[in-house]
Amino acid sequence: MQTDTKRRVFLKGSVASGAVAAAVGAGLLTPQMVLAEWNKAAFESKTVEDVVKNLGLDGGEESADINIKAPDIAENGAVVPVTVDVGMDGVESIAFIVKENPSPLVATFTMGEGGVPFARTNIKMGKTSDVIAMVTAGGKTYMAKKEVKVTIGGCGG
Amino acid sequence: MNKLLITAATVAAISLAPAMANKKATETTPEEDVKAYQDYFTKRFNNEVPLNEFQNGVYSIDEGSRENWEAIEEFPPYEPFVEEGEEMWNTPFANGKSYKDCFPDGPALRGNYPYWDADRKMVMTLPLAINECREANGEKPLKYKKGPIATLLAYIGYESRGQKTNVVIPEGDADALAAYNAGKNFYFARRGQLNFSCAHCHFESSGMNVRSDILSPALGHTTGWPVYRSKWGELGTLHRRFSGCNKQVRAKDFPAQGEEYRNLEYFLTHMSNGIEYNGPSARK
Amino acid sequence: MSSMKVKAKEKDGIVEVKALIKHPMETGQRKDKKTGKPIPAHFVQQITVEQGGKTRVSADWSGGVSKNPLIFVKFKGGAKGDMVKVAWTDNQGGSDTAEAEIK
Repeated sequence: MQTDTKRRVFLKGSVASGAVAAAVGAGLLTPQMVLAEWNKAAFESKTVEDVVKNLGLDGGEESADINIKAPDIAENGAVVPVTVDVGMDGVESIAFIVKENPSPLVATFTMGEGGVPFARTNIKMGKTSDVIAMVTAGGKTYMAKKEVKVTIGGCGG
Repeated sequence: MNKLLITAATVAAISLAPAMANKKATETTPEEDVKAYQDYFTKRFNNEVPLNEFQNGVYSIDEGSRENWEAIEEFPPYEPFVEEGEEMWNTPFANGKSYKDCFPDGPALRGNYPYWDADRKMVMTLPLAINECREANGEKPLKYKKGPIATLLAYIGYESRGQKTNVVIPEGDADALAAYNAGKNFYFARRGQLNFSCAHCHFESSGMNVRSDILSPALGHTTGWPVYRSKWGELGTLHRRFSGCNKQVRAKDFPAQGEEYRNLEYFLTHMSNGIEYNGPSARK
Repeated sequence: MSSMKVKAKEKDGIVEVKALIKHPMETGQRKDKKTGKPIPAHFVQQITVEQGGKTRVSADWSGGVSKNPLIFVKFKGGAKGDMVKVAWTDNQGGSDTAEAEIK
């Protein structure tokens, strides 16, 4: 029964507030199993400032404890490998933001119980841009950035 | 700054391609050719690239893009397709038979192709053999450039890793030699609105730039197929790439697995004799 | 056939989870070359990595993540032999899960 409820919540992709509130109240779903709704406003923001605002973040102190590993020159802007590794305690989330993309917010990673502040994925970059990692830890926001050049190739096909 | 192994001096000193283009294909034998080409590329890259390393194309000659490629190879984008290909290999046809019946030595088959079929007087390639197997067993043939054929080839390629390229032009077989020379002529002939030959980019200008792309050497071009190209977002076959390159120089395209591209494959693969197969592979 | 390939490895108390997902990851910005019509957005939106009945890491994505995406995350608290489950949902109501044993 519990598993079924979890699956239904999942498949909708967003939480149907009525049903879930009841389920939480009935003890069928513990808060950690309920995924927050996909943040449409943040993902559809067109500027970094709006992304930060819509993520509900405040500030973004530069931190040397945030390590961004990405190529200096991306071979292909469609597939740019990016790894963010954070050497801080109490990290709650990591956001991957590409300043020059039409929609800068590409991904967020949220730490659950035991989650280590590390994430890697491949992102799309439209053109040369700063790749920004915004990290929340202990209620504060930190950031780091790295420029990745995106070039135009000559060999299509 | 990307460390590129090629120097201006090397480029100036060695200019094999124009010399070859002016020769008739028949003036040199396949054995002479493979030696000449392998020497040419070894010298062009300052003797710093061991023969087998040419299997990695542009990543064997450019540090900057190699780093990017290694990062992608940590999670090879072709891996899920290798598994799917394995399922395809193991799934029987409607008539109960399977690929194993056509290819009892399979799936590590890559090293057997292309080869000269003396009875049918044609170059036989792996994708062609796969479709002949399918048709012989009442199955529809697969399209040759992408999709299921590439998935199956990814599995076969993976299982064949390490096999050495060993294309034979049978001695005394005039038809085989003619097919090889047809492929060779194709390679060195100018084509298209841009009037380039394959050799212009991949011999003479290998290691140099076309905008921000570095041209890979012809040596090793055939070992890594099928290729997951980031640009394609999927796997593609060698003949798909032949097609793309031809279209790029605005030349006439030929059918995948048709005679022109099979002869071209025969010539091109022979050049890499001794180099290990390393498919499937990832490229930008 | 699963759309996902998951691998999990434990080393020095940290479990590394790698998953490759087959998914078009369309942003909604591309146009179909033949018809000129926009290709609808179709991308993985949420991913969870679960072990021991807990969500260890979750991710929210947009179409800005590459086609056939990969996810690589880590967590503490699992041991060799435990099962890790990765699940994703996309913006069109699609979903899939896959499991792997921590090696």
